[in-house]
Amino acid sequence: MKPQVPASPLIESMRAFAANRGALVALVVFALVAVASLLAPWVAPHDPVLQYRDHMLAPPMWMDGGTSRFPLGTDELGRDMLSRLLWGGRISLGIGLASVILSMLPGVLLGLLAAFHQRALAPVIMRVMDVMLALPSLLLAICVITVLGPGLINTVIAIAIGALPGYVRLTRAAAMAEIGRDYVTASRLAGAGTARLMFAAVLPNCMAPLIVNASLSFSSAILSAAGLGFLGLGVQAPTAEWGTMLASARDYMERAGWVVTLPGLAILVSVLVVNLIGDGLRDALDPKLKKAS
Amino acid sequence: MLSFLLKKLATLMPTLVGITLVAFGLIRLVPGDPIEIMMGERGLDAQTHAEVAHRLGLDQPLWVQYLHYVDQLAHGDLGQSLVSHSPVAEEFKALFPATVELAGFALVLATVLGLALGLLASLKRGSWLDQGVMGVATIGYSIPVFWWGLILIMFFSVDLSWTPVAGRISVEYDVPRVTGFMLIDTLLSDERGSFASAVGHLVLPGLVLGTSTLAVIARMTRSSMLEVLREDYVRTARAKGLSSRRVLIVHALRNALIPVLTVVGLQTGSLLAGAVLTETIFSWPGIGKWLIDAIARRDYPVVQAGILISALTFIGVNLVVDVLYGVVNPRIRSAH
Amino acid sequence: MSNDTLLDIRGLTVSFGAFRAVDGVDLRVANGERLGIVGESGSGKSVTMLALMGLIDAPGRVQADKLEFLGRDLLTVSPRERRTLVGREMAMVFQDALTALNPSYTVGAQIAEVLREHLGLRAAAAQKRVLELLELVEIPDAKRRANAYPHQLSGGMNQRVMIAMAIACNPKLLIADEPTTALDVTIQAQIMELLLRLSREQGMGLVMITHDLAVVAEMTERVAVMYAGQVVEEGAVPALFDAPRHPYTEALLAAIPEHNHGAERLAALPGVVPGAFDRPSGCLLAPRCPYVAERCRNDRPPLAAGVRCFLPRGDQP
Repeated sequence: MKPQVPASPLIESMRAFAANRGALVALVVFALVAVASLLAPWVAPHDPVLQYRDHMLAPPMWMDGGTSRFPLGTDELGRDMLSRLLWGGRISLGIGLASVILSMLPGVLLGLLAAFHQRALAPVIMRVMDVMLALPSLLLAICVITVLGPGLINTVIAIAIGALPGYVRLTRAAAMAEIGRDYVTASRLAGAGTARLMFAAVLPNCMAPLIVNASLSFSSAILSAAGLGFLGLGVQAPTAEWGTMLASARDYMERAGWVVTLPGLAILVSVLVVNLIGDGLRDALDPKLKKAS
Repeated sequence: MLSFLLKKLATLMPTLVGITLVAFGLIRLVPGDPIEIMMGERGLDAQTHAEVAHRLGLDQPLWVQYLHYVDQLAHGDLGQSLVSHSPVAEEFKALFPATVELAGFALVLATVLGLALGLLASLKRGSWLDQGVMGVATIGYSIPVFWWGLILIMFFSVDLSWTPVAGRISVEYDVPRVTGFMLIDTLLSDERGSFASAVGHLVLPGLVLGTSTLAVIARMTRSSMLEVLREDYVRTARAKGLSSRRVLIVHALRNALIPVLTVVGLQTGSLLAGAVLTETIFSWPGIGKWLIDAIARRDYPVVQAGILISALTFIGVNLVVDVLYGVVNPRIRSAH
Repeated sequence: MSNDTLLDIRGLTVSFGAFRAVDGVDLRVANGERLGIVGESGSGKSVTMLALMGLIDAPGRVQADKLEFLGRDLLTVSPRERRTLVGREMAMVFQDALTALNPSYTVGAQIAEVLREHLGLRAAAAQKRVLELLELVEIPDAKRRANAYPHQLSGGMNQRVMIAMAIACNPKLLIADEPTTALDVTIQAQIMELLLRLSREQGMGLVMITHDLAVVAEMTERVAVMYAGQVVEEGAVPALFDAPRHPYTEALLAAIPEHNHGAERLAALPGVVPGAFDRPSGCLLAPRCPYVAERCRNDRPPLAAGVRCFLPRGDQP
């Protein structure tokens, strides 16, 4: 019998992910949303802040009174819904990506530092994280907004600050588990310095839970940004952000349901597909994690 | 048990101190002159400025101000609202029960339904029921709570007129306040139909707020049950000739619930955050709405108090969960 | 059929899809008899007994020509009726006692549970019996230990608790699945002693599943040797070891360290146990058997006179 050469863990993980149909479909949908949002400036039929005073609250084209000029109708100020949704996608996905990067990089670094300097740095770092975790992340974001003021950039900062402690804790726990293992001791004895140990040896083996967490905090960021927008604390009108759109749409619920339904659906679909991808990643990467240990 | 509790509190001290620092620092970090911020006015002349500074103790060094603040807190003084000029603590006491009632109802609803659905899904693994429940659950925690509330209002309150749109009780009822919890107060009062009205007003906001938590608990229960059902001791229980119901509940579920308990504790955090959004939509007079209104009106003492109380509540709930966890999981208990 | 027969298994097959973990197994245990089932991992020895206890779940399928315990047909028995037998007349002890006990209940409570379920004992009566049982399995300081949780007791203690739980209702048959494998050598001896004593004193039938020939030699009166889901040889204990007839049994004995003094390597059969996908069409041992003939590769030998082989050892001149 021919001995089978096992494929690299990365290929194995990708195969496992692909076997999960839900996750695969979600990935495709996400790609579509991302591409549509990215190409918004070229794909959107209208300018998202341009008001068509003659066509306020125009229904979507499949309803009575709708035209193909405004395929998804217009909002209370006569702005094209489709264009606003596309541009809103840019903002939501952009906030998601930016906040994940902004929280993951320092978070991983702090987590590694805490794991490697148990006595000196760890107590301080973890205590600060405990304080940050004492507040639910939306409230922490609200605190930051209160100090910094509303707006797009501040929303990213606020959400990133809220997500930071999660990464620190996760990285620290994963790193501490790795530090106890023989290959690290061997590396240390061979003369590897702390930095090398941290990044070259330990970190690659902590990637699985970090990747899963990143996808989940991405979806969480989209929800938080929308929530802040809805409360008037996030992205400010007239910029098209899905949550901000919902805030002004409230009053028109009865007359023009689509101004409420559509932005919310956009949020739901985006968050859902990212969560499904995250689930798929967790299922694909976890067994690898368990097998390796 | 007592020593366990004291030890826990001791480890929490630095966190508690940290929170008071954050609450204290919040006002001072806001850009602008703190005195103008506290007074809610701009362009005060020099003399008034100095008077107010002295009165509010803002001319003292920062650490003195902090100690003063902690001292106030210890005496239950949360400052004064810049808008209404009434003590924040009073406003808080009036509004807190409404939020507790809403969040409590949402939590109970989410836990009971979540456990039931998760259990069912785990028993019928791979079936349509399982996939359906899990699919709905995934949507449940992906849905923005404020939009979900609007949709349900549109459907149930506006289209069907089954539920009211806002408030805790119909305006026609005048229920004297005893506990602040409408469900209790209406039962205590002699206004007929008031209890039903209170329940009717609570159902939709409670459902909306609890949806995400329900979804998380259902998923967690299912995965926990699936793991536990594979354990050796479940096989032993069956080998003992016990009824399948007993094996399921006494042996499997009992252990499966342990991780779910931790999740419930963490979910109170998202319930607090969700309450802020839900109260805004349903015009529910709780501290969430109070907080948001205060931010819009720059009523900083209220914001400060709101943040502090939320954090303390969250910590308090997790402390209770920690203690319960020790009770429920003998492996942790004997470590003390 | 005599009333002396405790357990009568004919043609038991347990399949998982196309794979047969247990293939046409016949076993008999008489009242008070001690039977050993020997085989390596994957031989199907545990699955056989799990099928008997009704612990095989879908997608596994249990089929048999006969599966009788105390004269009752286990193939057609209702779940309720089965529960009057399992845990009461027929009990099983598993390998890793710590994971086989529920971590959230005291050991006393877990033993009392069996008493309540099958004998209706409650409160004081149950407590008394629990202590009796703990003393029977030689657990010192029984009263205190009864209130302990499994993680607070040692492996050997937990195994004794499992045994106490299994014998609580004075079963006619006790099945022990590798009960000592996870334990230290000295504790192993004690547990084996205990099982032997209980079997003799209570007149309890014992089925001892193990891969350890020494255990079989010490404890059992008859032994069935299993390979790849089939019984390949069975017989009385000293006789089988003195003169093994199946090449596999011979190989097992030859591999014992004591039989390999002076040799450079342990005698072992080349190759591995066939898995799910490489079952030979003839005798399952044919690919590895040192005495294989053409006939062995083509036909499956039936179990005849206690050995499943076309060319049993000892029949040669």
